[in-house]
Amino acid sequence: MVNRVVTGAHYGLRDWLAQRITAVVMALFTLFVAVYLLLQPAVDYDVWAGLFSNNVMRSFALLFLLSLFYHAWIGVRDIVMDYVKPASVRLLVHVAVILALVLYVIWSVQILWGM
Amino acid sequence: MKFRIYRYNPDADAAPYMQDYDLSFAAGDAMLLDALMRLREQDDSIGFRKSCREGVCGSDAMNINGRNGLACVTPLSSLKQPIEIRPLPGLPVIRDLIVDMSQFFKQYHSIKPYLINNDPPPETERLQSPEERKELDGLYECILCGCCTTSCPSFWWNPDKFVGPAGLLQAYRFIADTRDQATAERLDNLEDPYRLFRCHTIMNCVDVCPKELNPTEAIGKIKDMMIKRIV
Repeated sequence: MVNRVVTGAHYGLRDWLAQRITAVVMALFTLFVAVYLLLQPAVDYDVWAGLFSNNVMRSFALLFLLSLFYHAWIGVRDIVMDYVKPASVRLLVHVAVILALVLYVIWSVQILWGM
Repeated sequence: MKFRIYRYNPDADAAPYMQDYDLSFAAGDAMLLDALMRLREQDDSIGFRKSCREGVCGSDAMNINGRNGLACVTPLSSLKQPIEIRPLPGLPVIRDLIVDMSQFFKQYHSIKPYLINNDPPPETERLQSPEERKELDGLYECILCGCCTTSCPSFWWNPDKFVGPAGLLQAYRFIADTRDQATAERLDNLEDPYRLFRCHTIMNCVDVCPKELNPTEAIGKIKDMMIKRIV
């Protein structure tokens, strides 16, 4: 392969947009949980467990976590693109990050639905 | 008046160094470039570029007290002493304050900074309405001095792949031009994780532009147009 600077991958917009949208989802969830907990007279295990016993809340939490992971993927990928110069190492790091995030998704479902 | 100036002559010096100068000069309403020219009468080995000396040609861009700007439009009275002057960051130094702008212009050329219109040339000018012409305001005034692009960390990390704020402002200047027919190709050219999307809205470009232009806003408008065509 010749050593030449190559660009033109024809992606970027979708990820940039996704990062904005996932940020909104995360902000809404954080705000909701913060306000909910502030409105409780006392925050104990029962309140916390009660909140997450609801399937709607679990789904909202999963949506939040999926947003977090996708958001993190784009952010970490951007950092790697800036600082890891050899393309082969970059690919390896990208794969490692994706695999870790996929495991986090499975783990999240496991935690939320108590499986 | 005290100065600390970055000196480097690759033929003679092993490494760059800072040299102190003391100049008796009444600042008044003079600009930094006036002092530099007076300084060069003292020491004619100081290398810097200048031409129009009134903020039009963009030759004398340099890093002044840590901030990029044009020496010819920076009032001496606005600067804290010792005035520390360095070359524009992120570009190879040819000598002292003179940098090699090749990478900057390469990125500028990559966005095809000219009107693309395949219609046969009309007998008179290609006319625009006043409203259409107004869309170019804040874009066409760029003098390509390089202050914005060389203050951008994204350009420092990827000068060979990221177009940089000056190039992207010019890209939008031609996308916004109603006489141009290559909007789709121009957007395709920038739909790239490196060429456009290395911009993380740091906004150093807006902060330093001596012509008070807003590359970040132009980049945002390019993104808006990209969104508009996919949804």
